[in-house]
Amino acid sequence: MAQSGNHSIANSSHGHGHAHDDGHHDLEALRMMGFWIFLITDCILFGTLFATYVVLNGNTAGGPTPSELFEMPGVIAETFILLTSSFTSGLAVLCMNRGDRKGLIIWLAITALLGASFVSLEVTEFVKLVHEGAAISTSAYWSAFFTLVGTHGLHVSIGLVWMISIMIQLGRHGINSVTKRKVNIVSLYWHFLDVVWIFVFTIVYMMGVM
Amino acid sequence: MLDNIKDFASDFFVTGDPLIYGADVSIGLTMIAVVFALTYFKKWNWLWKDWLTTVDHKRIGIMYVIAALLMLFRGGVDALLMRTQLAVPDSDFLSPEHYNQIFTTHGVIMILFMAMPLMFGLFNLVIPLQIGARDVAFPFLNSLSFWLFFFGAMLFNVSFVIGGSPDAGWLSYPPLSEMSHSPGVGQDFYIWGIQISGIGSLMTGINFVVTILKMRTPGMKLMKMPMFTWSVLSSSLTILLAFPILTVTLALLFIDRYFGAHFFTLDSGGNPMMYINLIWMWGHPEVYIIVLPAFGIFSEIVATFSKKRLFGYKSMVFALMSISLFSFFTWAHHFFTMGSGANVNIFFAITTMIIAIPTGVKVFNWLFTMFRGRISFPTPMLWTVAFIPCFIVGGMTGVLLSVAPADFQFHNSYFLIAHFHQVIIGGVAFGFFAGLYYWWPKVFGFTLNERLGKWAFWTWNIGFYVCFMPQYVLGLMGMTRRLSTYGWDKGWYELNLTSTIGGFLMGIGFLFQVWQILHSIKFMKRATGDPWGGRTLEWSIPSPAPLYNFATLPQADEKDPWWEEKTRIADGHAPLPKPKLEPIHMPKNSGIPFVMSSFWFVAGFGLVFDWLWMAIPGFVGVAVCMLVHSFRYKTDYYIPVDEIERTEAAARRNV
Repeated sequence: MAQSGNHSIANSSHGHGHAHDDGHHDLEALRMMGFWIFLITDCILFGTLFATYVVLNGNTAGGPTPSELFEMPGVIAETFILLTSSFTSGLAVLCMNRGDRKGLIIWLAITALLGASFVSLEVTEFVKLVHEGAAISTSAYWSAFFTLVGTHGLHVSIGLVWMISIMIQLGRHGINSVTKRKVNIVSLYWHFLDVVWIFVFTIVYMMGVM
Repeated sequence: MLDNIKDFASDFFVTGDPLIYGADVSIGLTMIAVVFALTYFKKWNWLWKDWLTTVDHKRIGIMYVIAALLMLFRGGVDALLMRTQLAVPDSDFLSPEHYNQIFTTHGVIMILFMAMPLMFGLFNLVIPLQIGARDVAFPFLNSLSFWLFFFGAMLFNVSFVIGGSPDAGWLSYPPLSEMSHSPGVGQDFYIWGIQISGIGSLMTGINFVVTILKMRTPGMKLMKMPMFTWSVLSSSLTILLAFPILTVTLALLFIDRYFGAHFFTLDSGGNPMMYINLIWMWGHPEVYIIVLPAFGIFSEIVATFSKKRLFGYKSMVFALMSISLFSFFTWAHHFFTMGSGANVNIFFAITTMIIAIPTGVKVFNWLFTMFRGRISFPTPMLWTVAFIPCFIVGGMTGVLLSVAPADFQFHNSYFLIAHFHQVIIGGVAFGFFAGLYYWWPKVFGFTLNERLGKWAFWTWNIGFYVCFMPQYVLGLMGMTRRLSTYGWDKGWYELNLTSTIGGFLMGIGFLFQVWQILHSIKFMKRATGDPWGGRTLEWSIPSPAPLYNFATLPQADEKDPWWEEKTRIADGHAPLPKPKLEPIHMPKNSGIPFVMSSFWFVAGFGLVFDWLWMAIPGFVGVAVCMLVHSFRYKTDYYIPVDEIERTEAAARRNV
């Protein structure tokens, strides 16, 4: 059934009344599927950036190389923080499925805090690199590095804003079919960024210092 | 102070060319006329409520078509300016710089701002009706897609009078498109105009994949879908996989230009060929994205006007899907001359030739559908029949171009120009015209004048061959593309003049189409719900379709459900029983897509001129719009049963 925006709470019981009717598609399931398809396009987006990175890898034009500048302890800390935040977003969904709104909001808040510390660590790393003479305009390699890692960081930052807005909505409306779908989607997004980071960690950092 | 303003204005506005001053004046007058007319007839409210904020797929489709036809006019004027310049040797009608701008904008507008929106218009107008749905899966997103396209197109077109047009070719190869070689704002207009509308295209792709996979009427299995629906599915899937590459490529070019990065520069380790690979990884699938729906349209029309079921349904589905798969493995045939070596070239030559096989299968399917059919030739069928030979010739010259060693001779010559115009005009433009003629009565509720339509058809077709056949020969004689002038000694004069005459004939064909539409509006002849004797579900409801499309969802157990139903009734059986009416769940209109897209325009315009004071508020506006939408919870309403009954009764009276 055609509908835009959010499923009206007032009408949701009405909608269930027609659940037997084939014409009434499950709106929240439609949106979930739409988001899965969006993730496919986001995969292609990151795939293109990775391909560019691999092609330009080594094109440092006589400037600083990654193995000279990468500092792994900070990166490993970032990795563990992001992996943990993926775990906590999973705990949030578990709380939601139990109907525990308070636990859900708390775990989401912890996830967002971990995400924020990931972003701030990354920004610190970028600033340090620039001070050491590796900026986006230094060479093709560093252009590809900052763009790939920065795009991931931008995704995480957008996810943070999104997560905060969902926490507010949970406070207002509680757990219902709409907010449930929203939490599911944001946690899906969060896991996706985690997977992308595994590739960033392996291809950019591990292979960079090897 | 005054001098400062003068300096700014002479940089900001494009100056010095009488053609552009003429355009300035006409743009200004048109805008004043539009504002005056809206105010005089008190139509502002109507514009906002019924159009700018609508989430109804039928209205969005109409807006797409209108915008695409306007863009067709602009792209066509560009083409005629070029043909005028080339009509005689040593012509100085256009300066070389101006010529560069015109071939760039012609290409971009025709593919991205004409073919794409016309295609999305047809998706919107037809798909929900064809699969028995009440709207697309995400109506709000649909409206957002349209407005992003619209403002992206506006941003690109504004470069004509403000700042200067891009002039590095329709795909803007670096290093020419880099800051080092194109320091003006034209390239930035190119990047942001396409980027903003490209995001819209990507969302449309997602929308239609979900719509087709999830919202079909009861009984309609995948292998029972109408062929146009299949073609839209294959095209949308291709959009999903191709458009993110375009987004990244343009973003990287922007980062190069704005932050001084070195992705595609000549120095500091940059690699311009990387851009050319990436842009064609999107660009080649893109041509299949626009031609696959045209194949779907021809399949519908051939079956309807032959009064026969489409021949080879399964092979048609297989052909569509395999073309969208193979389209991702042919990109390097656009630059065999790059020097990647014989092995790479062989791979891409063979994949390119393979695509000819499913395309050939389709041609035979259309021919066998007509075989022993009861064929009639109204305008949609005329365009279809004209398409077949035209596309075969275009396809065959494409196979010639795919032979890598031979391509070293054909590359970037007028042979190539003739080839791709033949497949894009003969395939895409003819296809979308056919579709527009075919579904026009369904969309607007009145029929188009056939006589003027036939005039348009013949001038277009004769003009096409007169214009492009000489170009094959010119290419073989050594004339290269993007050449702004040539000498008398070349011996290219006669063929170029002929080609120009053909170009103007097509222009006259377009005028006939405009005349046809205006004439048909004036002497309106009401269309019934099923003016052509159609086969698919869109013909089972009144024309134009009511707001909710289907009062009750139809049952579709066969391939051509409406045709089968009509046959059953003609055989004296009772029509399928209709379920009881129930309140229909509908989305509310929303102004957010329009507002959000205008913020995108502001952000894009700011980035074009490096004005962060403008770009940052633009992006903040976009973010705020998204949040506001996320916090809106009451976005739907129900149409009560008695209102549906009234609408249906009124529609039956009109039929």
